[in-house]
Amino acid sequence: MLGQLFIVFLKIGFISFGGGYAVIPMIEREMNRLGWIDAHAFQKIVSLAGMSPGPIATNSATLIGFNLAGFPGAIAATLGMVLPSLILVIVIVAFCMRYHRSKQVKASFYGLRPIVTGLILYAALHFGFLSHSETLFTWSTLMTMLICTGCLYAILKYKLHPIVVIVASGFAGIVLF
Amino acid sequence: MIPVIEREVVQKRGWLEQEEIADLVSVAGTAPGGVGVNSAVFIGYRKSGIAGACMAVLGITLPTFAIVYLLSVFYLNFDNNPKIIAALKGIHGAIIALILLAAFKMVKTSLIDVSTTVIVAAALAVMLFTSIHPLFIIASGIVAGILLVNGKELLGMKVRTEPETSRPSDQQLFPEYYI
Repeated sequence: MLGQLFIVFLKIGFISFGGGYAVIPMIEREMNRLGWIDAHAFQKIVSLAGMSPGPIATNSATLIGFNLAGFPGAIAATLGMVLPSLILVIVIVAFCMRYHRSKQVKASFYGLRPIVTGLILYAALHFGFLSHSETLFTWSTLMTMLICTGCLYAILKYKLHPIVVIVASGFAGIVLF
Repeated sequence: MIPVIEREVVQKRGWLEQEEIADLVSVAGTAPGGVGVNSAVFIGYRKSGIAGACMAVLGITLPTFAIVYLLSVFYLNFDNNPKIIAALKGIHGAIIALILLAAFKMVKTSLIDVSTTVIVAAALAVMLFTSIHPLFIIASGIVAGILLVNGKELLGMKVRTEPETSRPSDQQLFPEYYI
């Protein structure tokens, strides 16, 4: 189990372009395929991972590892997720600094950046409104939309720190649900 | 994230030159993984090789690991408490808002012309309506980028592969604490 956890997150780690949110759909598909975590539990994991500091992808790996195999699982999954960054950045700095700004690399990222954007948009849609809700307009999805809009407004208009918004929406959740 | 690192590493400790920050930003932003972890590897490796990179990663990962771990242990004890479940559902709404903000930020840096707009729409549609693995979507993005840029150049069109430099005020709008 530990070895498997490590390998799964190592694979995800190597393609985790865009840092955090773009990776969430990938992790979910992998968990689904392996039958490790169901959609409902995954949603809770994303909420817990999102409210902690640090990249949401690494935090999700820690939480999934812990859920599946306790403390050793948390370590195995986190290591798997972080190791690709360690290897790839060292390789880039040691050997590829000269090519890093080359035309072909820039061209690759010209195509890659919009893909990452698409993945993040999908993550937002998927976790907001599509996963495990049969009908779109239930009390719970409407309230989630309301909280989400309120948070966007508070961060953009009043420049509140995300942690303040998260704590506030926790209290809103206690009142509304 | 980057301004905090810059202050600590360039101004306070003198580990990197100011000019190296541009390299740091571009490598940390483009390599897979979080910006914070990638920056730690970059700085650790520059300062003291592979061992330095490993220690830097350990240093930046340990605090978040500890927080997430404590949080999950805490949550395990209150898994059936209706108040905690309701609070988490509320927080879920906030997390969606943060994901949307990240998407909005990416839209501003990645949608620079018609081709990139089409790629975003295509990636979103493929994710929504098919079960194609994201790995293939990522790979096809890289291929599309290379084909588009080289193709357009062959046709004698001018291509800009990077967005115009973003205004510094945009940087503060979205804290990179979570990325």
